[in-house]
Amino acid sequence: MAETNTELISRSIFKRNPIALLVLGICSALATTGQMTTAFVMSICVTLVVAFSNMTISIVRYQIPNSVRIGLQIMVIATLVIMVDQILKAYYFGLSKQLSIYVGLIITNCIVMGRAEGFAMSNPPIPSFFDGIGNGLGYGFILMSVAFIRELFGSGSMFGIEILPLTTNGGWYLRNGLLILPASAFFLIALLIWLMRTVDPDQQEKD
Amino acid sequence: MAEENALKPFYSVLILAFICSALVAGAAVGLRPLQEANRILDRKKNILYAAGLFEEGKTIEQMFTPIDTKIVELSTGKFVSGETFSPESYEQMKAALSEDTGRQLPEEEDIARIRRQEKYSLVYLVMEGDTIGQIILPVRGKGLWSTMYAYVALDGDLTTIRGVSFYEHGETPGLGGEIENKSWQKEWQGKKIYNNNGEIDLKFAKGIAAGEEPAQSNQIAHQIDGLSGATLTTKGVDNLMKFWFGDHGFKSFFAQLKNKEKANG
Repeated sequence: MAETNTELISRSIFKRNPIALLVLGICSALATTGQMTTAFVMSICVTLVVAFSNMTISIVRYQIPNSVRIGLQIMVIATLVIMVDQILKAYYFGLSKQLSIYVGLIITNCIVMGRAEGFAMSNPPIPSFFDGIGNGLGYGFILMSVAFIRELFGSGSMFGIEILPLTTNGGWYLRNGLLILPASAFFLIALLIWLMRTVDPDQQEKD
Repeated sequence: MAEENALKPFYSVLILAFICSALVAGAAVGLRPLQEANRILDRKKNILYAAGLFEEGKTIEQMFTPIDTKIVELSTGKFVSGETFSPESYEQMKAALSEDTGRQLPEEEDIARIRRQEKYSLVYLVMEGDTIGQIILPVRGKGLWSTMYAYVALDGDLTTIRGVSFYEHGETPGLGGEIENKSWQKEWQGKKIYNNNGEIDLKFAKGIAAGEEPAQSNQIAHQIDGLSGATLTTKGVDNLMKFWFGDHGFKSFFAQLKNKEKANG
């Protein structure tokens, strides 16, 4: 392997970010970025799931018949996601209530599937594991940036702590209603992609 | 890639499916007691929130000691003795689904759109000496997307709201999901559900527009601000209040309580 484990992690955060460059996993990025807390927990869950699904699939990659590989990948991912969901419900009940259906939807997160198919099927377990961590962190980086803007200007708070006192609570800040709605994440992600491709022109698509 | 053999896809899928199902089943069964305990604790926490008895730093069990849990037959309004159902193990949602303890609601009665209603409901009483200080009642009804579950705490006069707590719902976060907002729930405190004639009189208003006259002071006691951007959720909340405090809800229970008070006094 040409790349070391640290490179595998760092390249996915900026140079090859799963959301910004590959434009995968947009759906959950819209849904969970209304608040920093949910975005944070979602990032951790996705990171764990990608890392371990990559590792598992990479370990059994020689045993997976080509014709049913997608089905087997989904099975591994679904198992991991259900376990994460069960553990959250048992130990972090408040958080699992907030995230509700979104944890279950990690199964359909294209990043997990994309990394399993694109990296883990053709690489050894350890690099696959780190690639998973890197992609999870890259996903988390975008999620947290979007959630930062959405929560600060949409709800006037940060991790649930009030920063800008809202007019509805007797303060001076009139919240931005658009940022509360999931669709606003589209605009923010688009702006982030624009920013990242301007800073690093290598990311721009060739005609 | 592995060499393809006609049977290999079948048994590799079977083996993996077996391992995965064992893991999932193991996690679900192994963690169920913890999850169940969490769910019960969460309900109790919400009962305490509604009653305004929640304090940081105390355990839920400690705070729950003044609360007396009882079961009421909704049609007669009478308490059911502990021998028929035990309040600790009675599961209201399950009861609504069974033929013996629940009933299908006819469409014209079902304004809260819950389809099936249980015949017996849990009630939580906070006694102050011999009289009832507060009653906490479980209510539910359909909002825009989901069934919303809440506890409503009433004063001993059986019409003034002491507090409310929505604890389970699937409404849009930030819009209808604001039913969870503690400052909105605070607004419910001191509102009156019934008017002097004993009719339900509780309105969910849209914000007062400029130039409109502010509500009369006797109306303010019956008026709660609706949630902006969540008209249908607010309507659901309105309907569920009308249902549970109406004839098919707790009204006969209130009548029974009032009778008893008269008999005693």
